[in-house]
Amino acid sequence: MTTHDHNIDKVTGTPTTGHEWDGLQELNTPLPRWWLWTFYLTIIWSVGYWVVYPAWPLLSSATEGMLGWHTRTAVVEDLAALNVQRGPLVAKLEAASLDEIARDPQMLEFARAQGRAAFADNCAPCHGTGGSGAKGYPNLNDDDWLWGGKLADISQTIQFGVRSAHDKSRAGAMPAFGRDKILKSEEISEVADHVRALAGLSTERGFNPEVGRKVFADNCAVCHGEQGKGNRELGAPDLTDRIWLYGSDKQTIMDGIRNGRGAVMPHWAGRLNPSTIKALTVYVHTLGGGEK
Amino acid sequence: MSLWHKHAIFEKNSIVLVIGILIAIAIGGLIEIVPLFYLKNTIEKVDGMRPYTPLELAGRNIYVREGCYLCHSQMIRPLRDEVERYGHYSLAAESIYDRPFQWGSKRTGPDLARVGGKYSDDWHREHLRAPRSVVPGSVMPDYSWLAATDLDFSRINDDLSAQALLGVPYSSDMIANAKADVVAQATNDNPDAFELGKRYPKAQARDFDGNAARITEADALIAYLQVLGTLVDFKLYNDKANIR
Repeated sequence: MTTHDHNIDKVTGTPTTGHEWDGLQELNTPLPRWWLWTFYLTIIWSVGYWVVYPAWPLLSSATEGMLGWHTRTAVVEDLAALNVQRGPLVAKLEAASLDEIARDPQMLEFARAQGRAAFADNCAPCHGTGGSGAKGYPNLNDDDWLWGGKLADISQTIQFGVRSAHDKSRAGAMPAFGRDKILKSEEISEVADHVRALAGLSTERGFNPEVGRKVFADNCAVCHGEQGKGNRELGAPDLTDRIWLYGSDKQTIMDGIRNGRGAVMPHWAGRLNPSTIKALTVYVHTLGGGEK
Repeated sequence: MSLWHKHAIFEKNSIVLVIGILIAIAIGGLIEIVPLFYLKNTIEKVDGMRPYTPLELAGRNIYVREGCYLCHSQMIRPLRDEVERYGHYSLAAESIYDRPFQWGSKRTGPDLARVGGKYSDDWHREHLRAPRSVVPGSVMPDYSWLAATDLDFSRINDDLSAQALLGVPYSSDMIANAKADVVAQATNDNPDAFELGKRYPKAQARDFDGNAARITEADALIAYLQVLGTLVDFKLYNDKANIR
């Protein structure tokens, strides 16, 4: 240190460290005093952490700290506090029937808020944000329902799913008429045109309405109905409403007839708690297409 | 004052400096890392964990190859919001057979620690092919080639052996049958699936990619995604007993 004072840099007036490399000298600019003291204070502060929080590893465990704080107990307490906050309304929701929830403005508002959050996490990946749907995944805003749009119908679909692994799952299958050699290629083409005609769409030249009608009556009407109006018991879509799950072009329709369709909706009973399923039911019902 | 000048020896001798650095790091390692190997609350054992099946392991290799961990974490932290959204917080034991672990450190996409069973295979296939076809706001790139590329599992038993070398309890039986197990798990109604289930409890066997004619990389990746977070039954897990 003693040498420092002798070496003052002429340009800045700052002392140098006394080190010299090839005629270059290093300025000795000390850290600001306030910064240095703050630094020392943080070190002292850390000692407090050792005392209050879990810190030092010992032979088989670590020091527990005076507060007894633990990440796992902390999250359990946080969740408990949340349940206390939500508790009264959740209990009310659990006790009430779906119709009662739909009638009570306060419960309805709570259920919709809870439903919206649960929908965004669990349903939106397939049904789209806001339930707008995607190819193969039904739009939930319109009034076209495969399995019914009453509160009870929606609740059953959410709880048990469609073609899911659950015992009470909704079941119904569109057979693979082409792959399983039930229909010939020409018949599939004719009946696809017939389906387009049912919806009032244009048909290809050379389409024979008689053949199309007959193939439809023999094979499709069992589930989709004579008029193609569908059957909600079987999840058979209405073919006349111009709302298409997979698309309305002839190729897509033929693909469905040839290879069948069987999209899966997972069951949520057991994964979401009953009040969340109720909230989701009410939320979906109020999206726009809910039926009385 | 003289003490402040002792560091001159470190500054003037690079070897001394290197040794000094090594000693400083070793102290940090001893205090911060070594206790994790013996402290009771960091070596918790949990029922239900089993090594990945060969197909799941192949899927995991694809997960690592494509760098999924750069945007997806597999670590639900014990925080209220995360538990509310993703489910029970991750346990250390759930990564016990992950070598290397896939915790990740950034969530451009959601956490995947419990994604198993949440979506259908159809959804995964469509989502891997073109993420925006099912999630319009997604920024995930397309992985359309996975369903079009045959899975190369010619050396899957070597993979198992390497994992066994690292301490994953793959038995010689598991290693010997690895290739057959890949086929059994990736096809519908395969008679060998029973044997697979005995070796790997709760293993789900089906045609994951919807293309029965081939075993593709999508088969493996979807099988892996569908098992994530499903092995520990949290109905049986005692939260309170494991606070220690």
